[in-house]
Amino acid sequence: MTAVAARELRDGEVVFVGIGLPNLACNLARATHAPNLVLIYESGAVGAVPERLPVSIGDPALVTGALMVCGMADVFQYFLQNGRIEVGFLGGAQVDRYGNINTTVIGDYAAPKVRLPGSGGAAEIAIHARRTLIITRASKRVLPERVDFITSPGQRAKGKSRRELGMPGAGPVKIITDLGVLEANAESGEMELAALYPSVTLDAMRAAVGWPLVARATIAALAAPAARELTLLRDVLDPHRRYLSGAA
Amino acid sequence: MRDAIARHVRDGDTVVIEGFTHLICFAAAHEIIRQKRRDLTLARLTPDLIYDQMIAAGCARKLVFSWAGNPGAGSLHAFRRAVEKGTPALELEEYSHFGMVARFCAGAARLPFWPLRDYMGTDLPVANPRIKSVNCPYTGETLATVPALNPDVTIVHAQRCDADGNAQIWGLLGVQREAAFASERVIVVAEELVDASVVRADPNRTIIPGMIVNAVVIEPWGAHPSYAQGYYDRDNDFYIGWEPISRDPAATDAYLREFVFGVRDRAEYMAKQPELSARLKARRQMAAGVNYGY
Repeated sequence: MTAVAARELRDGEVVFVGIGLPNLACNLARATHAPNLVLIYESGAVGAVPERLPVSIGDPALVTGALMVCGMADVFQYFLQNGRIEVGFLGGAQVDRYGNINTTVIGDYAAPKVRLPGSGGAAEIAIHARRTLIITRASKRVLPERVDFITSPGQRAKGKSRRELGMPGAGPVKIITDLGVLEANAESGEMELAALYPSVTLDAMRAAVGWPLVARATIAALAAPAARELTLLRDVLDPHRRYLSGAA
Repeated sequence: MRDAIARHVRDGDTVVIEGFTHLICFAAAHEIIRQKRRDLTLARLTPDLIYDQMIAAGCARKLVFSWAGNPGAGSLHAFRRAVEKGTPALELEEYSHFGMVARFCAGAARLPFWPLRDYMGTDLPVANPRIKSVNCPYTGETLATVPALNPDVTIVHAQRCDADGNAQIWGLLGVQREAAFASERVIVVAEELVDASVVRADPNRTIIPGMIVNAVVIEPWGAHPSYAQGYYDRDNDFYIGWEPISRDPAATDAYLREFVFGVRDRAEYMAKQPELSARLKARRQMAAGVNYGY
């Protein structure tokens, strides 16, 4: 999953990095096919080259050796809102049929069953990044038909498309999961199955999605992570398995 | 620290102890807890462990924030208990990071609001009616607006400052500058006191001018378990270890009893944990000076 996400990044792109699997994916890409990837963290580190895996997006290792460190007012206004971020990476407790993400509450906002951390920078990243990649495990609980609360908007929200709502970026173009990859339909905005891991059946994928999943005419086979990618992930980038579990 | 908090932090105040992961003044928070301040409105982008501790200690009536997690570790459980169970009762006013940043920008510029291209298609304005919108008088575009945030007191942690409170900060700056300028009162807490000539030798590094500062406190290790670039590392072990402590109210109380109520000040807190210094002290990575001559 992390390896697949890393492959989505093109060398030289400007990426807004979140903690967890997005951070791993970006650092894996930088160590393999995209050495010129420019990592920007919402904490203010621009062109960060962390020597150790940051536990948080404000880790001191992000500052040492970075190209630039700026205040957060500059990151959000002059980099993100200015349209300079090419790729945003987001995860979420719930992601729905149109790529809307919920990281706020399970249940009712006023009296939630589970209070999640909230938006952080996710709302504005989903709105402004030129394209957004969502990375999350697949299950009906995580991929419901509709999220309980829209924290970060996807392709369609409240009956309107992104364009109609005035959002500049392309929004979530892919949802990368541990079973397969969904891609946004350009017209309907709906997330459709585009690729599967070789060991995963179409039925298994459908069973993990909370809406009637449309499968594209051609489903690509996802290549398993190469030995080098696995070694980098498991031995170099995340030796303590803070973020990786079985599905790399 | 005791005098600065006694004089400048009052029950019912809107208090900001900023620092985005970096330079979070836990020492000030612990003193506020010791002095049993109540009914505070606590504002920060991320509550971090610092406000989780203050919420657990019963200091807070309200939280203004944008992300309430413990990255890589789990949740802020005192915060979650307050919101999910009402123990203790906690009012929330929630934004996104950009929204909070924009609130401080407006506050610092003494404007009533700040416009941003944000929140369309999200439920955040539904949850928080203080997020509004305005039609641009020039282009007609609808922009979101957030109200200014002007704290009663902001506590800034810096690497060094002079006796007048001219504070120099390097590494992640967060929104410390904006929060300080937006605030009625400012307390600067620094790792090191330096002569004014040191500040004047590198004026680009001065982030908080002494003219807006009400009190100066020199408190080495004042940010632990947060960090000070060039002085000590973030105590990631502590942050990860906070997950089981925070999850269990009895364990949280025991932590506060031992490390907050059970010590007179930060010096005693550090003396109680002698291994911290050896484990976290920063290595040297100096930047060459620049020529300010003309």
